[in-house]
Formats: sequence, C-alpha cells, structure tokens
Amino acid sequence: MQYALQLAGVLAIGALETVKIAVMALAISLPVGLIVGAGRYSRTRYFRWPAAAFVETFRNIPVLVSIMWFFFAFPMLVPFEISAYAAAVLALSLNTSAFFAEIFRAGIQSISPGQWDGARALGMSYRDQMRRIILPQAIRRMVPAFTNRWIELCKLTALASTISYQELMYTTKMIANAYYNPVEMYSVCGLIYLAIIYPMVRATYRLERRAAKETA
Amino acid sequence: MPEAIRAEKLFKSFGDQQVLAGIDLSVEVGETVVVLGASGSGKSTLLRCMNFLELPTGGRIYLHGNLVGTPLGNQADAKMKYAEPNLQRVRAKVGMVFQHFNLFPHMSVLHNIMEGQVTVLRRSRAQAESRARELLAKVGLADKADSYPANLSGGQQQRTAIARALAMDPEVMLFDEVTSALDPELVGEVLRVMRALREEGMTMIIVTHELGFAYHAADRIVFMDAGRVYEEGHPHDILIAPKRERTRQFLEGHNQFRLPEAGPLVASEQT
Repeated sequence: MQYALQLAGVLAIGALETVKIAVMALAISLPVGLIVGAGRYSRTRYFRWPAAAFVETFRNIPVLVSIMWFFFAFPMLVPFEISAYAAAVLALSLNTSAFFAEIFRAGIQSISPGQWDGARALGMSYRDQMRRIILPQAIRRMVPAFTNRWIELCKLTALASTISYQELMYTTKMIANAYYNPVEMYSVCGLIYLAIIYPMVRATYRLERRAAKETA
Repeated sequence: MPEAIRAEKLFKSFGDQQVLAGIDLSVEVGETVVVLGASGSGKSTLLRCMNFLELPTGGRIYLHGNLVGTPLGNQADAKMKYAEPNLQRVRAKVGMVFQHFNLFPHMSVLHNIMEGQVTVLRRSRAQAESRARELLAKVGLADKADSYPANLSGGQQQRTAIARALAMDPEVMLFDEVTSALDPELVGEVLRVMRALREEGMTMIIVTHELGFAYHAADRIVFMDAGRVYEEGHPHDILIAPKRERTRQFLEGHNQFRLPEAGPLVASEQT
C-alpha cells in the first residue's frame, strides 16, 4: 500500500509536468499563431512569404525530429545550453503555432466578403472591421479546430520523454522498468492522459454548441 | 439644387477588363437617380466606386463639390492618390445598401444599427440606441430590435440594412439591387421605405431591375451600357419612348412577358 501511494505521488508529479509543458506551449502558440496567421493573410509579401515559410516548415517536420533537433543539435550551434523542458516547449510551440496560424487564416477567409463590404461602407477603419465584425465571427468558427489542436498538443507532450524530461510518460517508463510492472504502469498512464484530456473534450463540445446557438 | 455627388470621367478596370469607361454622372441634392442596364454594364461597379469600396482607376469623384483624394500632378487627367482615413470619412457620408444585405449576423438588429454610430461617429451608446430605435420605427421594425438577422425575413433584413445605413446620417444613399434577392411578395415593403426616403428629400442613386419602381420613383433614369452612360433622361422618356437602340432592346426584353392591364373592375371605378 505504502508502495502504491509512493508511485501515485511520482506519477502525479509527472502528470503535473505534462500539464506544465502543454500549457506553456499553448501560451506561446496562441500569440505566435495569431501573428503568423495575420502574416499569411497580409497583402504585403514581406509578411506573407516568411509566414508561409514558417507554417510549411514546422507543420511538415515531425515534432519528434524538432524536439531532438532543439535538444541535441541546437546547443551545438549557439553558445548556450538548453534544458529538456525548453527544447520540448520550443518544438511543440513551433509546431502548434504553425497549425494555429492556418486555423486563424482559414477562419478569417471563411467570412464572406460581404461582411467586409458592410463594415467598410459604414466608414469603419480596418482595425475596427477586424475587431468588431470579422474576428468575433471568425473566432466562433475557429473554436473546434483550435480545441482539436490543443488536445493534440496535450498528447504530443509525451514525446518530451525521449529527451528524458520527467513528465508523465517518462515517469511511467522509469517505474515500469524498475519494478517490471509494464501492464499496470502503462495502463494507469493511459488512464491518466484520458482523465486529463477527456474533460477538456467535453468542455469543447459545450463551447461548440454554445457558439453554434449564438450564430443561429 | 446644388450638386450632391458627381463622378467625372470615371474609369475602373479589373486587370485588363475595363468595367467603367469614362462615366460622367452628377446627382443633385434631393434627387433620385435610377441606374438601369444589362448585367455587366458596370452599374454595381459605379456604385462601389462612388463610395470607394473599389478605387477608381481613373477620373474624379466630388462630394458636395469637394474633390475626393489628391491628384498626382497638375494635368486634368492626373492619377489620384487616395488616403484611407479620407476615404473612411467619405464612406461614412455615403450610405450603401447591398443586394445580400450584409448585416452582421453576430449582432442583434438594434446593435447592427448602433455599430457604425458608436465606432465611426463616436456617438454615446444611449444616443446611438435612441437613433436606432427611431429608425427601426420608421422602417416598420420597432418590434424586431432584439431579433438576430437570421430570424428575419429577407424584406425585414433589407429594411434593417437601410436603417443601418441611415443611422450614419448620410448625405447620399446608394442602393445596389436591393430587391433582387427577395421573394416577390417582400419587394414592396422595401420599395415603400425607399419611396418614403425620396419624399423626405434623401439623395439617392438606385441600381434596380424594378422598372415600375423606376418609373414612379425616379427623377431621372440613367441607362448604362459597356461602362458608359448610354442614354439618360426623364423616366417617361427613357422607359416609354427610348431614343437609342440598346435601351430599346433592354426594355423589350423586360416587356415581352408583361401582365395584361388591370381588369375592368379598376377601369370602371375610374370612370
């Protein structure tokens, strides 16, 4: 019993680290995704091209590869060390930002040109058109895609275990190896991920239903 | 009457396709001008250029005699430079109503009509609301203030859109085929609102295919063809006795399938 409690404590710490990576990566990805997405949408090619390059690069490289790259390769190119936590957050943020940027761009472009016309005909500035008319409608359409990506991000954090970051997956692996109890450990590990992510999925459904009702 | 808005040698091209080919059109304060023409003749583009939703590629637009934009050079045909803040002020003064309403679906009818007043004219919310309610009463939608556009009929949506444009206290109103997307039985309620505006002395430029409305409501009819003013004049002269070939063809197409004249009941009442 004593032993089970100890393991539970260790797993809880691991789970907390998992959440920490996910939340940090989300906090970075949202603003970066919005900026890059706006760049993708820009009329000036000096914003559009770098934004497109960013999206295509980080969307098409496996997250595992960029985690490895930031942890093992990047420190050899720059004069400073990089922690496993930083490497994981960086790789996950860049990947998620790329997807967020696309969601953002598609969301804006899904708004009919008539909405821009209606707002412009009132004499509204570009800023006000975006802030008052386009974004409130676009964000509602983006919610499902954003939450999908957020769930994906939560699961991708498990890859941080490959660079020995002690999140849930790594902790599970260590315990399973030490105590030869892979059946118990990996099952419990899966259930913990489920327990963290499933409530978010439920919340997402609620959010989507509400958004659908408001636009109806 | 003084001139409200004037387009002078207006040109507009999209790529190598020329849509407006040197339009001259001057509208007086309080005048109602109906623009007719086949699709592709440039009617909508003309309206969209007059409030700068599209930038003209050549020519000038004057609002109350004031040139919009700055000419790049001294020649009469010098290209124009348009600054966005300047255009925003023009758009706020030139109201526009669209074929597909373009109401903001995430706002109630009341908020649709308050939006421009608050964000552009910087009116207080209380002021904007009382003006919006006044206009809703005028277009016959006082009881729909809290509805959302999706829950209105096409005719009600279009009347909301008219109220939204009027809320800016525009000097000129542009109507771009505002009844073309409506069921026939809803057309009348929108046209009645427009006729009431005319009677109040609103300056209006109306693109429409409702020839009956054009006949009764227009002070002047402009027939467009190939991006130019082809024939213009009094509604009776243009619609009943057009002088030029293209105008006649256009009207013939419309007249081929007319209803017979009103029945004997109406006729006997008149005698």
